[in-house]
Amino acid sequence: MVEATEMKAANHDTNSPAGEQRASERANILARVREALSVAAPADHGEAAAASSIPAVLPAVGATFEDHVALFQKNAVELRAEFKVVNDASDLVAELKRLAAEAGWRQVATHRGELTDAVCPALGLPTVTAKSGADKRELERCDAGITECDALVAQTGSVVVTSRSAGGRALSVLPPHHVVLARREALVAGLPDAFALLRVRYAANYPSMISFITGPSRTGDIERILVLGAHGPKRLTVLLLATPP
Amino acid sequence: MSAPAVQFHHDADRLATDLRHRELVHTALSKYEVKRDEMKARFQDWQGARALAAATKRKAISQLDRHLEQLARGLEARGTKVHWASNGRQACAIIVGIIKARNARLVVKSKAMTAEEIHLNEALEHAGFEVVETDLGEFIVQLRGEAPYHIVFPAMHLVRGEIRDTFATKLHDAPSDNPEELTMVARRVLRQKYVEADVGITGANFAVAETGMVSVTENEGNARLTAALPKTMITLLGIEKIVPRLEDLALFLPMLATVGAGQLISGYNTMYGGPRQPGEADGPEEFHVVLLDNNRTALLADAEQREALHCIRCGACLNVCPIFRNVGGHTYGTTYPGPIGGVITPHLRGLQDWKHLSYASSLCGACTEACPVKIDLHHHLLQNRRNSAAAKPSWWQKTAFKFFVPVANRRGLWKLVTRGGRLGQRLHPLIKGSRLDPAYCWTKTRELPPVAKQTFKEWWRQRK
Amino acid sequence: MTVTLFIPCFVDLCYPQVGVSMVRILEKLGHKVVCPDEPACCGQPAFNTGYWDESRAVAEKVLDQLKDAEVVAIASGSCGAMMKVFYPELFAGSKHEAAAKALAPKCYEFSDFLVSKLGVTDLGARFPHKVTFHDGCHGLRELHIKDAPRRLMAQVRDLELVEMKETVCCGFGGTFSAKFPAISTAMGDVKISLAEETHAEYIVSNDSSCLMHIQGLLDRQRKPIKTIHLAEILVQS
Ligand code: SF4
Repeated sequence: MVEATEMKAANHDTNSPAGEQRASERANILARVREALSVAAPADHGEAAAASSIPAVLPAVGATFEDHVALFQKNAVELRAEFKVVNDASDLVAELKRLAAEAGWRQVATHRGELTDAVCPALGLPTVTAKSGADKRELERCDAGITECDALVAQTGSVVVTSRSAGGRALSVLPPHHVVLARREALVAGLPDAFALLRVRYAANYPSMISFITGPSRTGDIERILVLGAHGPKRLTVLLLATPP
Repeated sequence: MSAPAVQFHHDADRLATDLRHRELVHTALSKYEVKRDEMKARFQDWQGARALAAATKRKAISQLDRHLEQLARGLEARGTKVHWASNGRQACAIIVGIIKARNARLVVKSKAMTAEEIHLNEALEHAGFEVVETDLGEFIVQLRGEAPYHIVFPAMHLVRGEIRDTFATKLHDAPSDNPEELTMVARRVLRQKYVEADVGITGANFAVAETGMVSVTENEGNARLTAALPKTMITLLGIEKIVPRLEDLALFLPMLATVGAGQLISGYNTMYGGPRQPGEADGPEEFHVVLLDNNRTALLADAEQREALHCIRCGACLNVCPIFRNVGGHTYGTTYPGPIGGVITPHLRGLQDWKHLSYASSLCGACTEACPVKIDLHHHLLQNRRNSAAAKPSWWQKTAFKFFVPVANRRGLWKLVTRGGRLGQRLHPLIKGSRLDPAYCWTKTRELPPVAKQTFKEWWRQRK
Repeated sequence: MTVTLFIPCFVDLCYPQVGVSMVRILEKLGHKVVCPDEPACCGQPAFNTGYWDESRAVAEKVLDQLKDAEVVAIASGSCGAMMKVFYPELFAGSKHEAAAKALAPKCYEFSDFLVSKLGVTDLGARFPHKVTFHDGCHGLRELHIKDAPRRLMAQVRDLELVEMKETVCCGFGGTFSAKFPAISTAMGDVKISLAEETHAEYIVSNDSSCLMHIQGLLDRQRKPIKTIHLAEILVQS
């Protein structure tokens, strides 16, 4: 029903019946594409011959866990994200409490997850849990969003979250401070490793959103001067748990 | 001359002599240049990355039909509605239709050059919706009623004072001209819009055929919010945005950020494959992807220039282009300015009306050298010139070049030219630089070189 | 070796000293120099403007003049690019295709010829001045010549080379300079400012066409900095 109304509106200026046009535009476009491609393009500029692999051209990443921690740290700091390695779950709680006290959090948001469940209640703050039907206005009023992640990428200082592993879409971008809890094995060397990890974890059924977050929200749109917190979080804190909980 | 050509000449003449504008562009890009070079140096092999990116895009485009079908299948499998639009009018109608059917009023939009290309905002406003651009730069130019100045830095042409004044008149909120405070004004205004909006519209930088996803690159988080809060999400993208595999993004995301903005990777790179899935906390109930042709297939059909569809809209060719830097983005009068605009606009909007953009280049090749996907930009400009001259030669140029053939080829005539040159040179000061001067276009700002007392060939023959 | 000189039309007419310098340098190195008597234009103006038929009519003559040459040394990077890179494209599919393809590898821009083909960098020249070097875009990006002129200048006694902060086009661009004079002039002004920042006395280049543009602006603006072709420096002692 919705569909029919929509297509009628979409085609108010044409005579062809609604659904038909959609189908035919698809066919038209694909036909034009095929027709165009029937003439081969001239030879390339020698790229195919020169091509190596993606990992071999991207920035170097080092070999050991320590290298990767150091590289992530360097990239994160450069991008004004905060990064800390903590030993165990109790250190994690202590660190969160320190952040809460320092910034005066009154209300936080999080999602159900092994790590978040293990530490968030200990904060003793009113907590909004991202779940189906949660109020976005409520989420907007929280001082921090605490999420898990799928990966940390040393090469770029990025945090990888998905709509399945990090409490949906808004939690990691709506509250003004995003706190990421990461397990040791989440730290990967490079972007190709992160995509490989996603493939292993989700290939059968990808979440509706995968986001590579690098640093707090930023803009340079006014005179190319860097300002943090353009729309999303002004602060991004990444806490890496060195041992399993 | 076509109307766009007249406009171009008029604006170019004005801006090329505007020293304040020249300085502004220079300052805006100088920090970027340092960072860009620094990030390029971090790659183990930047030239190798370019080769790989070019080869990947070539593969993507050479099987575009298959990749598009694969993309659509993957998206549809997750409940996305995929729409196909042959032109801008259809795409606008589809999007207006979706919004109308939801009885929506407020639309938030993140940066999308494709939407600029089809004048989507006008169509939405005409249909009675409120459309709010959420990217800060786009928000500023929208408030001013201007087009984006640059495909990556929309408000590059403005200084803080101008932005403060814009906020003061349009938002009645402009505490100072401090960029941070101005940004926070925009943040406050736009936050409310995200929460209230019924529909979010985004563009996309890539579309992954294999997994059926669109990938959106941004720094501010505005696209993330646009895709998170409204009940309906619409993504509009050109059919050329394809990459074959998900892993290809590992290459393209850092390359785009490096040459596009001098960052190793942008703040948010987000792949969307569908509306909210079962078990996910939030996200739109509906996700629509509109695939736009709008003459991209015409460019595809030109095998010689097909690779122009490899463009990832990074803006690197604009930034290094000495013409762009002297005339600015608005002068082009197109969605895509600079070298890439000069190549593709004649294909997208008509060769004879837009060929002047292909001529407005010294063919220095800085663009080609900068392009991360190795598009042979300045040679494509030459091909557009050839095609336009073949289709519709200008009689006086044809005559001039025809006349030149025997002159260049025959000693007797060349001698005449030499003599004529020497004589003309003596008389020239009488009219030099005036409108009577046949060389006015040169002599208005430059001196002509004197004809030598003895040409090289005269010397050579004498010596023999 | 017998070196055939290609002296393009505008060098013949306005900058004969560039050709003369080339002859003297090559003869001093012990090579036989030949040069077609007839005038010669590589056909670039028509080519760049899109009039390929007219360009071919001019360029065919060049193919004919140079068909027996062993090697061709060219006084301008721009014409060099035309002959080396664009002729094969211009004549693709025509009866002259083979001749164009045969000519391309024999063509060298002059500084590249000295360094890459002859393996010479020191010509015993002396030029006691501070100079800066302008890379003509065609030489730089079509022919990938960057080091050769610098290696030659490094051996010139008492010459001090100060590089400009940026490598940008001088704004000439052939017919572009006449079609879009304001943009072309603005680009030239940017170039001149960069050169002035180096406090050089001379702007040196291996492309006379760029120098024609830059000198034209300098003369009009009565600026003291001068232009000179690299060959003219290499011949001095
Ligand atoms: S043509 Fe190349 S450099 Fe220019 S915007 Fe496209 S990808 Fe970037």
